[in-house]
Formats: sequence, C-alpha cells, structure tokens
Amino acid sequence: MSRKTLRKLFSNFMLFVSFLTAAYGIFWLFWILGSLFINGFKYLSPGLVYLDPTPPGEEGGGLRPAFVGHLIITSLATIMGVPMGIMAGIYFAEYGRNSKFFMTLRQITDIMVSTPSILMGAVVYAVMVRPVGHFNGFSGAVALAILMLPVIAITTDEMLKLVPKELREAAYALGAYKWQVIKDVVMRAAKVGIMTGVILGVARIAGETAPLLFTSFNNNVLTFDLRDPMASLTVTMFNYVMGPYHYWHQQAWAAAFILTMAVLLLSILAKVLLHRNLLEPLFYIVRSITGKKGG
Amino acid sequence: MENVAEAQKSLREIKTRGEFLERFLKFSFGFWALFAGLLFPILAGVILLYEARLAIEKFGFINFLTYTNWDPVQEDFGAATMIFGTVVSTILSMLLATPVAIGIAIFITELAPNWFKPIVSTAVELLAAIPSIIYGLWGFFILTPIMATKVEPWLQDKLGDIPLIGKLFQGAPTGVDVLNTSLVLSIMIIPFMASVVRDAFNMVPPIMKESAYGLGATKWEVIRQVVIPYTASGIAGGLILSAGRALGETMAVTFLAGNNPQIPKSLLEPFTTITVALANQFTEADTDVYLSALYYVGLLLYLVSLTMLGIAKFMVLRLEKRWKA
Repeated sequence: MSRKTLRKLFSNFMLFVSFLTAAYGIFWLFWILGSLFINGFKYLSPGLVYLDPTPPGEEGGGLRPAFVGHLIITSLATIMGVPMGIMAGIYFAEYGRNSKFFMTLRQITDIMVSTPSILMGAVVYAVMVRPVGHFNGFSGAVALAILMLPVIAITTDEMLKLVPKELREAAYALGAYKWQVIKDVVMRAAKVGIMTGVILGVARIAGETAPLLFTSFNNNVLTFDLRDPMASLTVTMFNYVMGPYHYWHQQAWAAAFILTMAVLLLSILAKVLLHRNLLEPLFYIVRSITGKKGG
Repeated sequence: MENVAEAQKSLREIKTRGEFLERFLKFSFGFWALFAGLLFPILAGVILLYEARLAIEKFGFINFLTYTNWDPVQEDFGAATMIFGTVVSTILSMLLATPVAIGIAIFITELAPNWFKPIVSTAVELLAAIPSIIYGLWGFFILTPIMATKVEPWLQDKLGDIPLIGKLFQGAPTGVDVLNTSLVLSIMIIPFMASVVRDAFNMVPPIMKESAYGLGATKWEVIRQVVIPYTASGIAGGLILSAGRALGETMAVTFLAGNNPQIPKSLLEPFTTITVALANQFTEADTDVYLSALYYVGLLLYLVSLTMLGIAKFMVLRLEKRWKA
C-alpha cells in the first residue's frame, strides 16, 4: 500500500470515529427522551394536575400544589429577573462597550452563568430564610431571579451587539437622546433576539431544583401565600424519587415528563424565533393553500 | 414675542426632561450591570464567608481540607471526603466526555453533510436543555439497575483480576457509586463541551484549512495539524469551563453518589461530593456549627469554581481576540 492510501485510510478511520462519537451522544438523548416518554406517558393522568397529594403511603392523589407553586415561583422570578437582566445587558452593550472596567464586569457576569446554582440557594437562605425563621416561596423566586439575571444580561448584550452601528448613528444624527436611540431603534431591532434570550432564561430556571431546596422548600398543601413554604415540581420530584413508595416514583416520572416537555418546547420555540427561516417551508405551504401573498 | 419666549421655555423643559431621563436611565442600567458583574459576586462570597466563620474559626483551613471525618453528632467536621469526591467525579467525567465532545464537534464542523448539521446541532442543544434533575432521575431509575446487574459485574469479571486496575473494580456492584455518577455527569456535560469546542472550530479561518488541503493534506491531517493547534486555547478553555460546570452540578449526582462521607477505595463504592452533601444535609443541619461547616464547603466550592471559570474564560477570550485581529 502506498503512503498516500494509508494516510487516506487513517483519515477516514478517524472521521468514522468522530461519526461514532456523534452517534454516542445522540444515543443517550434518545435513551433519556425515550424512557421519559414511555414511563411518563404511562403514569400521566389528569388527576396529577388537579388532585392534592394523599398522606404518604396512601395510593393516588396528585401534585396540584407543586404545579401551582412551580408556576408562581417561576413567573415571579421571571418578572424580577428579566428587567434586571435586560437593563444590565443594555448597559454592557450601549454604554460600557468602550470601558475596560465594564467589559471586565461583562466577563464576570458570563462566569456567573456557570456558578453552582445550589450556592445561590445557600446565599438566599442566609439572607431571606433564616432571619424570617421559616422557608418561604418568595425567597425561592428571588434565588431563581438571581440565577436568571446573568443569563438574560449576556444574551441581551449579544443580541444588541448584532444591531448595526449605522442604525444608531442615523438616529443620533437626527438629534435623538441616547435613551431614545435605545428605546426606538436598538431595542426595536433586537426585539426578537431579546425575546429569545428571555425564553431561554425561563427554560433554564424552570428546571432548577438546587436553589429551591432550602428556599421555597416543599409543601403538601396548596398555597398562594408567598410567605409560606411553597411546593415546586422539581423539589417534589426530588423528594418522591428518594421516597420509598412505588406510586411516588410513578408520579415523579409523570412530573418529569411534563417538565421536560415544557422546557424542550421553550428551547425549540427560542430556536425557531431566532432562525425564522426554519419555518419558511411552513409559511410557503400556508401561502399556497390560502392563495395569499406575503406573510 | 411672547410666543417665542413660550416656545423657548417649553423647549428647555423638553430638554431638561430628556437629560434627566438620560441620566436616570444610564444610572439604573449601570446599577444592574454593576450588580450582575461585581456587587453580587462579591456579596455572595461575603455572605458565604460570614456564615462559615464559626467553622473557619473552629477547624482552620488546612486541617479542614485534609481531615476525613464528618460527624454531625460529635460536631467534628472535615471536608476531605467531599473535596475528594468532587475532584474524582469531575476528572472521571471529563475523561469520559472529552473525546466524545471533540468528536461531535469534528463531526458537526467538518464531516456532516449540510442538511444533517442542524439535526445533530439541535439534538446536542436539546440534550443541553434537559433539566439536570431529569438526568438524575433517569440515571437512578434506568441506568442504576443496568449498571448494578449487568455492566459492573461484567467489568469486575473482565478487569477484576488485572493487578492495580482490578483494585478499582472491587466491592459489591450497586450502581450507587463513583463510576455511575461520573458516567451520568459526563453525559450531562457532553453537549455543553461539544458546543464550546464547535464554536472554537468555526473560528479557524477557512483560508488556513484551504492552504493545507492545497498542499495535499487529508481531512484528518487538516483537523490534527491546523484546526486543533489553532483552536488549542479555545478547546482548553471549553474543557475547563465544562469542568467548572461539572464541579457544581447537584441534581444529576445527588441520587447516584450515595451521600456516604468516605474516601472511596474503588470505583464501585458510594461516596459524596460537596454539592451532594449540601443538597442532602442543609435542611437537616440542626446546630450552628453543622450549618456553618456546610457553608464552609460551599465557600470552597464557590472560590474554586470561580477561579476555574475565570481561567477558562481568559483562554477562550484569547482565541476570540486572535480571530478578530
């Protein structure tokens, strides 16, 4: 065999290996999603959403407090975290671009995205739970909002960076204030991108467990009072998986299924928003059926 | 005359209002930027330090790091077992994940046909979006029984008699051990790592690859001798970044580690990590010293992960700077 064919063979072999690794990655995805579908679907029932949990050991019941609590905590965290994050992101992109100090802060914010989320729970516990004396739903929302802040700030910054400089300059040339440029030009141009960042941020915190373990804790009774401990799907799953009862495990599977589907749908929605041409074929079909132009 | 004066007055009003808004918004935007990038990271560190003060006073620094006893009843705490567990599971999961992540990045950037690229990319991104507790639940209910009854006995059978390596596979295979934890952790960080490496690979100027192809290099030679050297700092940064994530991962490992504060003698023994100890014991900590000791290990985790992530960020930035230059 000539040296050339050997080199080619070796190259093809290595590329085959890289193909195998991709297959390995996808294999786990299918396995995890597959078992979620099979087990989650099997134990899914409408009662899961509207029934309260039964006393431990007694079959049946549902996870109503967890569903309600999860929605409350996540929405509250979003309401708090999104404005903070967008404001920080705007500053990094529009005011701090030429300041070394703020560019360093931006990098630190980027690092904060990856810090262990359980520590945020511990920090919030020290400030908001121990002084009050008991776990409360509000502290859980604060912990999640703090986790969300850097995610939103960084994506906002990235999206604003994509807005062409000329757009801003044209507005400045007309005598606009900086906040007018931001509000009417930059934000309008980056609207979809920022939306995407917000959705990704929500998807990120919706699946968080660790920061809620010692802040909002858990509750077997439905509550809307943010001063009380509040159940969430993830913490309930944590307790149910560790618990001894078989029906707890089944309910944990069903909850896992619903949570994963919600998070994945959010991620896909974000991706579609960002690459709207993915939907182009669909629009084309709709147009050809309705016979309308544009869209 | 009067009209002109009035017009000037209202113009001035608009101007002062505009300038007030300008300053007010700049200030509030700036505050949150400052909060996200400086105040909060420092505040979090200070709170952890303050809460850990009791344990720091009582157990010292070196002593706490090297002492292997964790006894809530006697209020006698050392973090060696947790630190060891965190380090070992992180290193093992990195060993399992790195070749796969680099392979996936090569596949996406160099190998896959254009119509197939978005499919693999999306699959990897979906894998990254799955909440970590789902990995834990899946690992506990699905993977653990398989590991305990099939994989681990098989490994013991094949590797158990080899000197040195065999020692790593001693003990009863339960699935709640170092090996299974590291495996699930590695599956979790593969997508993140792969996307960082892929981004780095995409930064290689096409002209460099083309000139190598022009000299008659094969695809693998281009990857090995052009792409990887060019992106080395980006890859290294991506790896450390992933290690930083693995270090702080809680929910994927907490069901699988066994929460047993001991230094595992083999890969098939239960152990504990910093995050597992926090998740399991924080709400049970009934004395001040106990809670303080938990905050102390939390503080250590915070400092270590910030340092690692900082180094990684620096290395990735170096590649980006070169790309822009």
